[in-house]
Amino acid sequence: MNDPIISVNSVIKSFKDVKAVRGLSFSIQPGEFVALLGPNGAGKTTMMEMIEGIQFPDSGDISIDNTTWKEAPQKLRSLLGISLQETHFIEKLTVLETLQLFSSFYSGSQVAVDEIISLTGLTEKKNAYTKNLSGGQKQKLALGVALLNKPSILLLDEPTTGLDPSARRDVWEVLHKLKNERGMTMILTTHYMDEAEFLCERIIIMDKGTILAEGTVPQLLSRFSKSEKIEFISAGPVNPGLFPKENLQKSSFLGIKWELVVEDIVSYLPLFLNEMKKNNIELLSLECKKMTLDDLFISLTGRSLNE
Amino acid sequence: MSNFFKQFRILLLSQFREFYREPEVLFWTFAFPIGIAWVLGIAFSGESEQHRNIAWIKHNTKDSLTFLEKSASATGLKLTKDSTSGNFIMRLGSHNEGFSNLRFIPAGNSDAELMVKKGKAALIIEDYQDSIQYRFDPGNSDAHSTYLLISSYLSGRKEKTQSIKKLEAPGLRYIDFFLPGLIGMGIMSSALWGISFSLIEKRSKKLLRRMVATPMSKSAFLSSIIVGRMILSFIENVILFLFAKIYFSTVITGSLAALLIVFLAGNLFFSGVAILVSSRTAKSQVGNGLINAITMPMSICSGIFFSYHNFPDWLVPFIKVLPLTVLADDLRSIFIEGAGIAEIIPGTMILTLCGILITVIGIKIYKWY
Repeated sequence: MNDPIISVNSVIKSFKDVKAVRGLSFSIQPGEFVALLGPNGAGKTTMMEMIEGIQFPDSGDISIDNTTWKEAPQKLRSLLGISLQETHFIEKLTVLETLQLFSSFYSGSQVAVDEIISLTGLTEKKNAYTKNLSGGQKQKLALGVALLNKPSILLLDEPTTGLDPSARRDVWEVLHKLKNERGMTMILTTHYMDEAEFLCERIIIMDKGTILAEGTVPQLLSRFSKSEKIEFISAGPVNPGLFPKENLQKSSFLGIKWELVVEDIVSYLPLFLNEMKKNNIELLSLECKKMTLDDLFISLTGRSLNE
Repeated sequence: MSNFFKQFRILLLSQFREFYREPEVLFWTFAFPIGIAWVLGIAFSGESEQHRNIAWIKHNTKDSLTFLEKSASATGLKLTKDSTSGNFIMRLGSHNEGFSNLRFIPAGNSDAELMVKKGKAALIIEDYQDSIQYRFDPGNSDAHSTYLLISSYLSGRKEKTQSIKKLEAPGLRYIDFFLPGLIGMGIMSSALWGISFSLIEKRSKKLLRRMVATPMSKSAFLSSIIVGRMILSFIENVILFLFAKIYFSTVITGSLAALLIVFLAGNLFFSGVAILVSSRTAKSQVGNGLINAITMPMSICSGIFFSYHNFPDWLVPFIKVLPLTVLADDLRSIFIEGAGIAEIIPGTMILTLCGILITVIGIKIYKWY
């Protein structure tokens, strides 16, 4: 394994009486796409801002490309591409002018502004004032600004929060393209499970300033639960005594549908369908589901990611 | 260094774009000061006539005349009744001293006092058959001058040894006093509102945090804002002066180089104050209050609209050391008194040194994130 490009060691950060980050340690390999996943208040943004050099840890240390913010702030600013959780640009500057302005801040090799505009899909809006952009277009511009200096590390803080599903997909596509074509390292914070799953190889699940779990999606799910789910709706009432007992972990009736948590869906499903047929129970719908990260988060904390 | 100038140039350009793309800002920056100069210049320098209201309590019988009526006819003054309002008008004065229309409003005692309370009249006249009594607050200069005007006319002034000559020469009119003050106030407002507000807004919208997360030179950023504002203030004041020159024939009697030095020193000082004000403020409402707290007292006290010598004597030494007073006094001495560089050195040095000190403090405590 290579030396990590980012390494976070026992970092603690408090604000007045709130402990935002409580002794976090993790490392990121070059070229990895990693998500910090957690609900609001998990400490994701604080952690991200400490990596970005906007805030500093009370204790612990952060090393990026074998240096620290104290040692080489200008080098790190040139190395990182940053998109903050919320940025309003100068309202009466156009997309093109905003990119030119930020481009002037970097002295090393840069991506041409036109290339950024085309990469982020803002060609039609390049002469529009930033105040007239939609939420998705503003996020794309923020992403474009983050890419101007050909960063080797991209740090994105909730890049799609507040966007509608189609705008989110647009941003994902840009990020996916970057992942495939540019080979950069990326950390993104999100409380959208699907975003973390779609974009990142590794996920660090956070809550209340600590790491609950980390790994790839299959690793996380298999490490914490081998369960799968069958959900069905029947035409009439069903006696739970009819469900085959083998492999069944839990059965519950959720208003209109039944949820069966089983160990191995492949062996359980034929037995279940056979039993229903034998007892003339008509099924109106049936879905087989893998456990999700949200289910995992609920099992770890008793709360959903979106709470 | 070349990167500094590249950043400086684009930051400056962005600032100008931001400025000229806001029509409202253009109006308040360029049109408003001209409007103020025009209105006040006309109001205090023109041929306008003054109107003074007097509550008139008559103590006479139906057939007899009052003292005022008798004195008026004896001195050849006309007391004309306005048929619609029922008031009596007396026009006093001459071309040289200006005209005053005295409006005598007949009233009972309680109505007359109510008129004074409401500010509708400054003076009450108790008018008997053989005598007249003036009732007014001696601290009210308007009432006092109305009293002097009426009493002098009623006593039949025919002084041949005294005469009045109107001050009309450039340099001696109200607009000549007012214009340098307006320019000084413009320098202060432009720096404080333009720089502070722009910085506070950038901080509250987290744009400042985004900009300093890049390798942007902070000195290029701050100096582009200060220089940009200075250029806009220069254009604003040149336009204002050209208007005054064309419309009021205003002239600069002193040294242009001295004027430029004072302009730069004033800008430097108030830019420093603007940076200090915006150094830690994150909300525009707080910034608004802070800027008003600084600009309002100086606009009133520093002799912009009227001489600060009208304030009580004990207050004048304090007013004289206010930065806007120092700036306005220097500007006025160049415009009116023909001052050169030597005369403006003390004030300019104070403004420059204080400006540098305040800027350094502001930058030291500046909250970039």
